[in-house]
Amino acid sequence: MSGVPIGWYIALSAMLFTTGLVGVLVRRSVVVMFMCIELMLNSVNLALITFSRLHGNLDGQVLSFFVIVVAAAEVTVGLALIVNMFRLLGSTDADNADRLRS
Amino acid sequence: MDVLLAQTPPAEVVGSTAELWVFSIVAVIALGTGLSVVVLRNAVHAALMLVINFFAIAVLYALLEAQFLAVVQIIVYAGAIMVLFLFVLMLLGIDSETRFSTRVRGQRTAAVLLGIALVVVLVGAGAGQFLGPDAICPADGSTGQLCAGLAGPNGDGNVAGVGRLLFTTYMWPFEVTSALLVIAALGAMVLGKRRANEDVTDLPVVDEEEPGPEDDGRLRELVSAGDEEQT
Repeated sequence: MSGVPIGWYIALSAMLFTTGLVGVLVRRSVVVMFMCIELMLNSVNLALITFSRLHGNLDGQVLSFFVIVVAAAEVTVGLALIVNMFRLLGSTDADNADRLRS
Repeated sequence: MDVLLAQTPPAEVVGSTAELWVFSIVAVIALGTGLSVVVLRNAVHAALMLVINFFAIAVLYALLEAQFLAVVQIIVYAGAIMVLFLFVLMLLGIDSETRFSTRVRGQRTAAVLLGIALVVVLVGAGAGQFLGPDAICPADGSTGQLCAGLAGPNGDGNVAGVGRLLFTTYMWPFEVTSALLVIAALGAMVLGKRRANEDVTDLPVVDEEEPGPEDDGRLRELVSAGDEEQT
């Protein structure tokens, strides 16, 4: 029987998570960093659902549902913070937010 | 239940060559769009790539016998969250001329190397033992060698199974989640509220106390001219 071994999903999830992580480390724009955080949350959801299928119960899917809800709340507050940062600094460049440093 | 959402996928899709093909195509799309989010210069283009990525992951959820979450993914992520992102991008009018952070020397190289190392560790630790053909999930409800499959828990349909868990075992977290959503909405309102003494325009206030020398001179000329007219 040909199908997809469950490890491929986990490997894909790991690669997507790493892509998001590298994006957060590398990019300057806060909005794009935030998008990369969403990418990481999605990859973790994918891993949870994969484990749910691996173990044969639905608990992972319920946990993934909670992660989606928390991500929605997080996006609301985070984007409000970004708008405030733009009002304060005039840009969404993370390197410009160095008032404590200078 | 003959609702489309509640049906388990037909047995000939899950655990078959069709699953392999769909997985391959969708995995390539998900990885490609994920990389474009990191690499693309324009933030709006990155957001649109992220939408495609969310749809690809929704397809993967459906492949993994999580039909309810596939639909939730499309509604919440591709619908609500991406609209918020695009709204903020358009509201702020962000143009991105500088892409990568340059403050720390060698930050890009270090991040990519660390990322490769993390992929190796995660795939080796998490996925390594499930890559063989004995880790293919069975389609017919029989327990596989490594993968149990969701034919049993999804017997009444995926929505019924998830809903039963959500309203029995996970009742208390579900209620707390509703409180969290209300608090997040309140927090966004408080953060987004404009203060009373703030200027009406959205532009950042730069050097308000010290006007430029040419402005100062022109203002003085106007004032003196007005004085001369009066006298």
